[in-house]
Amino acid sequence: MTGVLPALPVLLPVLGAGLTLFPLSHAVVRALSTGVLTLVLACEAALLVLADTRGPQALHVGGWPAPLGVTLVADRLSALLLTVSTLVALAVLVFAIGQGTAEDRTPSVVVFHPAFLLLITGVSLAFLSGDLFNLFVAFEVMLAASYVLITLDADENRTRAGMTYTIVSLTSSLLFLSLIALVYAATGTVTLAQLGPRLAELPDGLRGAFALLLLTVLGIKTAVIPLHFWLPDSYPTAPAPITAVFAALLTKVGVYALLRTQTLLFPRTDVWTLLACAAIITMIVGILGAIAQDDLNRLLSFTLVSHIGFMLFGLALFDARGLTGSILYVIHHIVVQAALFLAAGLVVGRTGTAALHRMAGRWPPGVLVIALFAVPAMSLSGIPPFSGFVAKLALLEAGVAQGGPVAYALAAAALLTSLLTLYAMTRVWTVAFTARVAGHREEPPPEPDTPAARPSGTRFMFAAAAGMTVAGIAIAVCAGPLAELGERAAEDLLHPRDYRSAVLGEGDR
Amino acid sequence: MNSVDVTMALVVGGLFTAGFHLMLQRSLMRIVFGFILLGHGTNLLLLVVGGSPGRPPVVQGEGTAPTADPLPQAMALTAIVITFGLTVFLVALAYRSWRLSGHDEVRDDLEDRRIGTARERAGNDPGPEHGAVDGTTDGADR
Repeated sequence: MTGVLPALPVLLPVLGAGLTLFPLSHAVVRALSTGVLTLVLACEAALLVLADTRGPQALHVGGWPAPLGVTLVADRLSALLLTVSTLVALAVLVFAIGQGTAEDRTPSVVVFHPAFLLLITGVSLAFLSGDLFNLFVAFEVMLAASYVLITLDADENRTRAGMTYTIVSLTSSLLFLSLIALVYAATGTVTLAQLGPRLAELPDGLRGAFALLLLTVLGIKTAVIPLHFWLPDSYPTAPAPITAVFAALLTKVGVYALLRTQTLLFPRTDVWTLLACAAIITMIVGILGAIAQDDLNRLLSFTLVSHIGFMLFGLALFDARGLTGSILYVIHHIVVQAALFLAAGLVVGRTGTAALHRMAGRWPPGVLVIALFAVPAMSLSGIPPFSGFVAKLALLEAGVAQGGPVAYALAAAALLTSLLTLYAMTRVWTVAFTARVAGHREEPPPEPDTPAARPSGTRFMFAAAAGMTVAGIAIAVCAGPLAELGERAAEDLLHPRDYRSAVLGEGDR
Repeated sequence: MNSVDVTMALVVGGLFTAGFHLMLQRSLMRIVFGFILLGHGTNLLLLVVGGSPGRPPVVQGEGTAPTADPLPQAMALTAIVITFGLTVFLVALAYRSWRLSGHDEVRDDLEDRRIGTARERAGNDPGPEHGAVDGTTDGADR
């Protein structure tokens, strides 16, 4: 039974997506997709326990051995990220059901639920992929679903934004495919576990070219500055739950792919200066972009770009402490960014506008909404009791322990970015929530663009946003065990002996 | 690995060049064509890396001539399906964009245009801005 466990996070959502295509009533479809995700979450929790106690779990699909067939591998890192991402996806799904985004206006076509489940399929497959080509397929499944979601029921602006998003993603995918072809030509394999030793035999120039091409491809997918331009343009146009799930999961899958491939294929012992520079630029430019924004969703999108830099920080250090920090930061950021976008969805739904200066003097969004926004916002800035502090502390400690000018520059940039994040969040607070504009016309808010939320639906939305906020606090509370798990996962990344033997079988390295 | 066929290398390179050139155009239809060419180039590259052609990789028990490498062919097949599906989606999206806006030009970036108009506003009143996202265009200078 435990043998097939790595396949379930991929199989269950895709089967669920197939079932939700049938003309069923809304209630059945809703129950089906939430049920599937809950089941997947249970499987992934089991997988996490297994991977932590017994080492990496590998499944050779169809019984084909590793270099030939499709291999799914779940080690500590993938199982951990799977669990967290499905938890967030479940919360977002509940929010979407409450908001009414999930129900299409034309009852004959049900698009949201199948597309959402396929997105989760792609995300799970990417976390579990044991070879480069399968990783490409996973990205395509995930992105194809996201193209549908971002252009769902779209007006002119969203179509334009969706077009930018689609074309940029497709171009990076084709570059990825070219990279796979070239790597196969040079080494004769695409299995990650085999590639490391074989790439090490290649001449330095070729190896460097592959590493750079891979960094570019995944840099586009993770929105590393200067390859970020598509993200703040396209994400804010989608409805709140869709933006939330994109922001929480899609870029993090790219970060995971970077962590996995760079440690496994191009291991190094020193600080990676190029990535460190990219991380510093990403952090600083991203947060400056956020400060300049007047639109709440765009502001959050820029902070998302900025905080990708923190995740690269740890990878650039390329030691156990740095990778631990990166892993913790990815987990913290998945939860907190989703919470922020959901809270922003509540705020926009209440005030009817996403423009900060227009929120002033409107109906105040209510204490609960403000609290749901404030807690993740403080967590994002790294205020001590929250999860952001734990992750940032781990990164800063890693930077200081490493020493050296590059590491100190990274740490300084991280501190500055945290301060500026706090400033950006305070600005939202003062401009939108507490400002009283003298003589401002006290008009009732216009109807929001999104389908009107039912009174019972609002409760779901609040429950989902509150759940995410609580999950963020839970990360801070469980910081100790989580950090230990992160350390073990980072050690796995740096010393992939167990990973290789799980995939290739004993004795064949 | 055998030596590379120069013809194939030139074809792949040509497809990549033409594809990227078309992708940099303003018209959505040209971008779609650019994507198609790029996709073909990539799929061809996948086939080329399989090495020299040989017998079909089917186990028959007779003959010792070298068989072709089946793995790149399987990958190319998968990639063809994916690029085909996404091309269709892209065409549909371009069609919807044309239906909604009446033209298939990619317009200037919103942000970029806002910075441009903000500079112009110092002198004269800006014209009505079309296609602005809810209240974001006039927010920068208040």
